[in-house]
Amino acid sequence: MTKFAFRLLPALLAGLFAAAPALAEETAGLMHAGTDLGDQASLQRGAQLFMNNCSGCHSLQYLRYSRMASDLGLTEQEVMDNLNFTGGKIGDQVHVALTEDQAKQFFGKMPPDLSLIARVRGTDWIYTYLKSFYLDETRPLGWNNKLFPNASMPNPLWEMQGLQQPVYGKAEAGGDRPVEKLVLATPGSQTPAQFDQSVRDITAFLEYAGEPAALKRQSLGVWVVLFLAFFTFLAWLLKKEFWKDVH
Amino acid sequence: MSNVITRTANNVWDWVNARAPALMPMYRKHMSEYYAPKNFNFWYYFGSLALLVLVNQIVTGIFLTMQFKPSAAEAFASVEYIMRDVEWGWLIRYMHSTGASLFFIVVYLHMFRGLMYGSYQKPRELVWLLGMVIYLVLMAEAFMGYVLPWGQMSFWGAKVIISLFGAIPVVGNGLTEWIMGDYIPSDATLNRFFALHVIALPLVLLLLVVLHLGALHEVGSNNPEGVDIKHGPKGNRWSPTAPADGIPFHPYYTVKDIFGTGFFLAIAAFIIFFAPTFGGWFLEHDNFTAANPMVTPEHIKPVWYFTPYYAMLRVVPSFFGIKLWGVLVMFGAIVLLFLVPWLDKSKVKSYRSRGPLSWTMLAIFVVSFLWLMKIGAGPGTDPVEAIIGRVLTFLYYAFFITMPVWTKIDRTKPVPERVTMHD
Repeated sequence: MTKFAFRLLPALLAGLFAAAPALAEETAGLMHAGTDLGDQASLQRGAQLFMNNCSGCHSLQYLRYSRMASDLGLTEQEVMDNLNFTGGKIGDQVHVALTEDQAKQFFGKMPPDLSLIARVRGTDWIYTYLKSFYLDETRPLGWNNKLFPNASMPNPLWEMQGLQQPVYGKAEAGGDRPVEKLVLATPGSQTPAQFDQSVRDITAFLEYAGEPAALKRQSLGVWVVLFLAFFTFLAWLLKKEFWKDVH
Repeated sequence: MSNVITRTANNVWDWVNARAPALMPMYRKHMSEYYAPKNFNFWYYFGSLALLVLVNQIVTGIFLTMQFKPSAAEAFASVEYIMRDVEWGWLIRYMHSTGASLFFIVVYLHMFRGLMYGSYQKPRELVWLLGMVIYLVLMAEAFMGYVLPWGQMSFWGAKVIISLFGAIPVVGNGLTEWIMGDYIPSDATLNRFFALHVIALPLVLLLLVVLHLGALHEVGSNNPEGVDIKHGPKGNRWSPTAPADGIPFHPYYTVKDIFGTGFFLAIAAFIIFFAPTFGGWFLEHDNFTAANPMVTPEHIKPVWYFTPYYAMLRVVPSFFGIKLWGVLVMFGAIVLLFLVPWLDKSKVKSYRSRGPLSWTMLAIFVVSFLWLMKIGAGPGTDPVEAIIGRVLTFLYYAFFITMPVWTKIDRTKPVPERVTMHD
């Protein structure tokens, strides 16, 4: 039985490793974000894009500038000069200058804090959401979103992406015409491939912001699991030695 | 020099023993001269593993308590503070959250072992009953612990579960207010759940574990064959009066359990470091949003270990305008487990000596429990699934209620005289 258990361990661990991507839960209708937390350059670009385009309205109330500096391989000076637009200190969290009153006036409500958005929605959702804005003059700000219909948020990245127009499908009885797909009507400053990478970078940055520990837990985990597998092997030898005389 | 050290150690040892003469007899009774059947298999690891996880929960819990703020205004942010700003806080928190789910995995496997090998039968009824009380307290402990991070699922889960008590006639409403200290889960609720989670229930759990082990060591362990080794031949290498098929717990099973511990920790470490949320099963996505009494989440569901019972609650319809039935069915499903020692009328303990009828019933029970678990974890909007859920609930109950019948009529094989080793 012990031998059985011993053969089971590598099998189980291999199974878990194989199942790990599947545990990330696929949701229908979402594009695959393809983020890589090991790609520090991507995280740095994501941080820059976020601070330039998103942090005017969205806070990261649990992420500190100092933490970001050490995790993303930047000096504190670099962060203060290039990524801090709120006038906060290096030890402060990323807050917004936008006040609640202004936000209500502009968007009808305060834009949500995004510290944990990647943990709540998942990276694929963020990636898809940022690519799903289209022009819709029936909306107050002229923007709508295919993934999140009637979102109050305008497309913050339109200069890079360009302008997307919707292609409507047939309306079901009593309903609005569903948006079937989006086409790029006016090109932006980036090619579609470049823009995909920019959105991927922002998504990766938000994934990091949701769980800074994710940067180190896997590299540490490899050693912990290897150590425990070796320990288990030794314990098995010890058990065998002790049990030699039990028949 | 070594002579001095040995002499001093011996002197201290004698000094202690002279003043605590019951110490060594206790050690012998529970460890070196506790004779356990030598044929324990894979299923016998989960008792010691449950103890290991309990210790993990207590130790990591102590460290979490040092940083956690038990107030509705600060709890959620303090958990994120632990995850980000406290040195190794993320590891401690993941060990605690993963430990909670693994606790239920090992406890469910441990209970299934008892069920499969008839470990609840005479003279071990008390061991089973104490184990069931542990399970009950563990559920309360897990529920209250889940409320503490004060995320959306913490709040709404608490609201749903506590409101179940409101279904009790007459006293229901007063009772829910008494539990929460408010009309909805609030600061008062969080604060008292914190007190219960970190001190009251752990103390009860520890006491129950001591009693569970004490009760077991009085009557001795069962084994996969269901052989009563105490009534078999006497005399082994260690003692002429001990059961011939028994081996001392220490060192044989301690060393075996160390192996089991390594095995288990390797898997636990994999989850902690590579998949700490386990795809939303161990830490739910919705619980990364702070509690908001004004926004009801799309799907409210408990963590996976409660979902079989939650499924029963949801699929049982209300009859005669009374909503209590679902609650009764849910709690009844747990009460039935307590009665197993008296529902089983079989002459033999282990299912190894039982016929195909018993195995079929056991399989039906396992399938209904797991399938209900899946249904309870889903959105619960599919009407077909509700009907399947009712059938499964019926089968779950049928397993227990008809147990006196099928355990009696099923044919049995003779129990072996001696235990056999499969190693």
